[in-house]
Amino acid sequence: MTSATKTVEAPLHEHGHGHDHAHDHPSGLSRWLTATNHKDIGTLYLWFSFVMFMSGGVMALMIRLELFQPGMQFINPELFNQFTTLHGLIMVFGAIMPAFTGLANWMLPLMLGAPDMAFARMNNWSFWLLPPAGLLLIISFAVPGGAAAAGWTLYAPLSTQMGMGMDLTIFAVHIMGMSSIMGSINIIVTILNMRAPGMTMMKMPMFAWTTLITAYLLIAVVPVLAGAVTMLLTDRHFGTSFFNPAGGGDPVMYQHIFWFFGHPEVYIMALPAFGVVSQVIPTFARKPLFGYHSMVYATSSIAILSFIVWAHHMFATGMPAVGQLFFMYATMLIAVPTGVKVFNWIATMWKGSMSFETPMLFAIGFVCLFTLGGLSGLMLSIAAVDIQYQDTYFVVAHFHYVLVAGALFSLFSAYYYWSPKWTGFMYHEGRGKLHFWWSMIAFNVTFFPMHFLGLAGMPRRIPDYATQFTGFNEIASIGALAFGLAQIYFLFFVVMPQLRGGAGPASQKPWDGVNTLEWEVPSPAPFHTWETPPQRELVEQLSAAQKLH
Amino acid sequence: MADYKTDMQAPANELASKVIGLHELMLYICGAIFVAVFGVMFYSIFKHRKSAGHKAANFHENATVEVVWTIVPLIILVLMALPATKVVLAQKDTKSEDLTIKVTGYQWKWGYDYLQDGVSFYANLSTPRDQIEDYQGQAANKGENYLLEVDNHLVVPVDKKIRLLLTANDVIHSWWVPAFAVKQDAIPGLIRDTWFKVDKPGIYRGQCAELCGKDHGFMPIVVEAKTQAEYDKWLEAKKKEIAAQQDDPNKVWKKDELMARGEKVYNANCVACHQASGQGVPGTFPSLVGSKITVGPAGGHIDMVLNGKAAMPPWKHLSDTEIAAVVTYERNAWGNNKGDLVQPSDVKAARK
Repeated sequence: MTSATKTVEAPLHEHGHGHDHAHDHPSGLSRWLTATNHKDIGTLYLWFSFVMFMSGGVMALMIRLELFQPGMQFINPELFNQFTTLHGLIMVFGAIMPAFTGLANWMLPLMLGAPDMAFARMNNWSFWLLPPAGLLLIISFAVPGGAAAAGWTLYAPLSTQMGMGMDLTIFAVHIMGMSSIMGSINIIVTILNMRAPGMTMMKMPMFAWTTLITAYLLIAVVPVLAGAVTMLLTDRHFGTSFFNPAGGGDPVMYQHIFWFFGHPEVYIMALPAFGVVSQVIPTFARKPLFGYHSMVYATSSIAILSFIVWAHHMFATGMPAVGQLFFMYATMLIAVPTGVKVFNWIATMWKGSMSFETPMLFAIGFVCLFTLGGLSGLMLSIAAVDIQYQDTYFVVAHFHYVLVAGALFSLFSAYYYWSPKWTGFMYHEGRGKLHFWWSMIAFNVTFFPMHFLGLAGMPRRIPDYATQFTGFNEIASIGALAFGLAQIYFLFFVVMPQLRGGAGPASQKPWDGVNTLEWEVPSPAPFHTWETPPQRELVEQLSAAQKLH
Repeated sequence: MADYKTDMQAPANELASKVIGLHELMLYICGAIFVAVFGVMFYSIFKHRKSAGHKAANFHENATVEVVWTIVPLIILVLMALPATKVVLAQKDTKSEDLTIKVTGYQWKWGYDYLQDGVSFYANLSTPRDQIEDYQGQAANKGENYLLEVDNHLVVPVDKKIRLLLTANDVIHSWWVPAFAVKQDAIPGLIRDTWFKVDKPGIYRGQCAELCGKDHGFMPIVVEAKTQAEYDKWLEAKKKEIAAQQDDPNKVWKKDELMARGEKVYNANCVACHQASGQGVPGTFPSLVGSKITVGPAGGHIDMVLNGKAAMPPWKHLSDTEIAAVVTYERNAWGNNKGDLVQPSDVKAARK
C-alpha cells in the first residue's frame, strides 16, 4: 500500500521552479511576525489551531475527569461550567475555524495557480488578530469571577450575570470575528479573481468551491454574532435591556439572533471538510469525483438552507405549533443535499481501485461517522421527539460526531494528504495508520455511549449526575483520555518527526491519481510558486483528467 | 451499581408513548439507511481494492442515479414528517385543562403555585451535601435517588389534564420530566405553557435541562401522581400546613426571633450566591460582609432585596416577615453590627 510513495516524478510539462533563492525570503522571527506569504500564514494558522486544540482538549479532559464518577471530586460546579463554556468556544473559534482558514491559505493559491492570496498584507493582520483573542480566552480563567460560564452559546440572561470573564470573552469573539471576515474576503477575492487561465468556476477543485461558499456564509453571519454579543455587552454595562424583560427586552430574542449565526456556523465548520474529502477520496479511489456538478449544487443548497433552520435549536422555548412545523420541515430538508454528497462519495469509491493510506482512512472515517452524526441530526430535527433529546447527552453525542468526526477527521485527512507538499517529507505510514485507528476507536468509545446517556435522561452541562448514569460516563471518560493521548502521539510521533525528515523525501506527486494544480509544484512547495500562471494547456489537461467540463 | 440503560425511560402517558414510538420509528429508518449505505460502501472497500487487483472504472456521473437519490430520500422524509406532525400538534394542544399549575424557575429551585387552590410551595434538592461533595475522597454513601429527590413533591391527580404555566425569576430554566415527554423552558418575563396527564399513580423524576448557573445540576423535579381521593386529601393537608405557617403581618418581632428566622430565610434563598459566610463568589456575586448595602441605610437594603439589581433577582415573592427577617439577619451577621431591626411593617411600607 505504500507503493503510492514510489510514484515516478513526472511533471506534465517543464516549468521553471527552484529559483526562489533569487527572491526575497525573510528568515528568523521577522519571517513569521511580518509574514505575507500564503504558505507561512497557512502554517501559522495551523500551528495556532493545534495549540488551541490542545488547550480545549485539556478542558474537555477536566470535564471528563469530574464526570468519571458521581459526586463532586475534583472541580467545583462554577469551574466545571467555565470549562464546558471555554472548551466549546475554543474548539469552535480557536481550533476548527482557524485550521480550515490555514488550509485555505496554504492550498488555495497552489490549487488555483495563483502566486499568493489576493490581499497578502491583510492576510497577516487577519492571522495576528487570533493569538490575542486566544490569549484573552485563556487568561479569563484568572480574572475575578473566572471565565465565562454560560455555555458556548452565551445565552442571556445567564451571561449578564457573569463577571469580567464574560467581557473578555465578548472582546475575544469580536476580534476573532474580524479575523474571520478578513480571511473570508481574502478567500473570495482570491477564488473569483486569481484562478489560472482556463480554470472556469466549474473546473475548480471541490475544495475551492466549499471554501468559497463557506467564506460567503461567514461574511453573512459573523456580523450577526457580533451584534448579539455587542447587545449583551451593552446590557451588561450600559443599562440597555435588549434581553432583560424587566426593561422590555426578550431573553428568547438572544437565542434567535445567536442561532441565526450559530446554525450556519455549523456548516462553516462542515463544508470545508466536505471539500477536503472530495479531494482525497477520488485520489485514493483512482477515479474522478462522482457527480461534481451535483456536489456543487448540494453544497450551495446546504448553505442556503442553513439560514432558515436556526430555530430547531429552540423547540423547547415554546414556539407555536406552526413555527415548530416550519422549522422541522426545513431542517429535515437538509438531509437531501447532505445525502446526495454522501452517495456521491460512495459512488466515487464504487468500482475504484482503492488503496488505504492514512488520508484515505481518515476520509472514510469521516464519511462513516459524519453520516452517523447526520442521521442522529435527522432524528433531532423531528420537533416532537427533539423535546426529549434537547439539552441532553444525545445532543452532545450528535454534534461531536459531526464536529470531531466531521471537521477534525477531515483536517487530519488533509494533514496527511498535503503535508508531504508542505514539509517535503513523507510521514511514517505505520504511525499515521496507528493514529487513525487509535483516534477512531477512542472517539467512538467516548461519544457513542453518550447517545444512550441522553436517551436515558442525562441532561448536558451538569457537573454531577444520578448514579444510574455511572457506567457509560466511566466508559466515556476513559475514551476521552485515550483520544487525547492519540493527539499527543500525533504531535510527537507524526508531525515532529515529519518536519525533521520523516520517512524520507516526498516526491512531487506522492499519490497516484492526483490531477490538481498543487501537485505540479515540487515538494516541498518552494517559497514562491505560480509566479507565472500555469499554462492553459496544463489546466485543461488536468480538468479533463478530473472529467470536468 | 452502574447500569447500562440504552433506551428511553418508560412512558407515563399516551403522548409520551407516541413520542417514544416516533423515536423508535426514526431509529429504525435511520438504522436501515445506515446499514444500506455502509453495506454498499464496505462492499466497495473490500471488492474494489487496488491490492486485490481491481482496476478503476472511469464513470463520473449518471443523471438518472443522481435524480433517484435525491427523490427517494425526499419521499422517506415526507413519510417521516406525517406522523411527526400529528404528535407536534397533540403536544402543543393545551386546551381544556382540568388543573393549572404555575411553575417558576429560580436559581436554584422550583416554585409551584396551584392557581385554583391557592397552594404554593418551593421544591429544593434534598440530597444532603455530604453525599455530593467528595473533594477529600470520603463522601457519604449516595442515596437511592441521589440528586433526583426534593423536599416538596409536585403532587397531581392521575388521569387529569394538567396545564403548566412556566416562567422564571432570574435566568432561563427548563422543566423536564422524561416519562411525560414534557420539556419546556421557563423564561423570565414570559409565560409559556405545556401539558401532561399521568396514567398511573407513582413518582416520576426529572431535572432542569437548561444551563442556569452553578447549581444547574442540582435542580431536580419530582412529580407524585395520586388518585383523585388521595390528591384531595393531600390538598387539604397542604392548605392547613401552609395556613399554620402564616405569619401575622402586624406582629412586632424581637431581635433574636428575627435573627433566627432570618438565618432560615437566608439559607433557603440567598446562600446559593452569597454563601453561608456572606462572602459571595468573588467577581460574580458580591460579599455582604461590610458592604455598602448591608451596613448602609436600611431603606436601601430593603429596596435591593425587593427589587434586585443586575444579577440580583427581585425577591418580592417572599413575605414581608421573611424579608424583614433576612434583612435584619444580614445587617447583624458575620460581624455586620448595625444593631438595627427591620420589622414587617417597614417592608410593607417599602413595597408601595
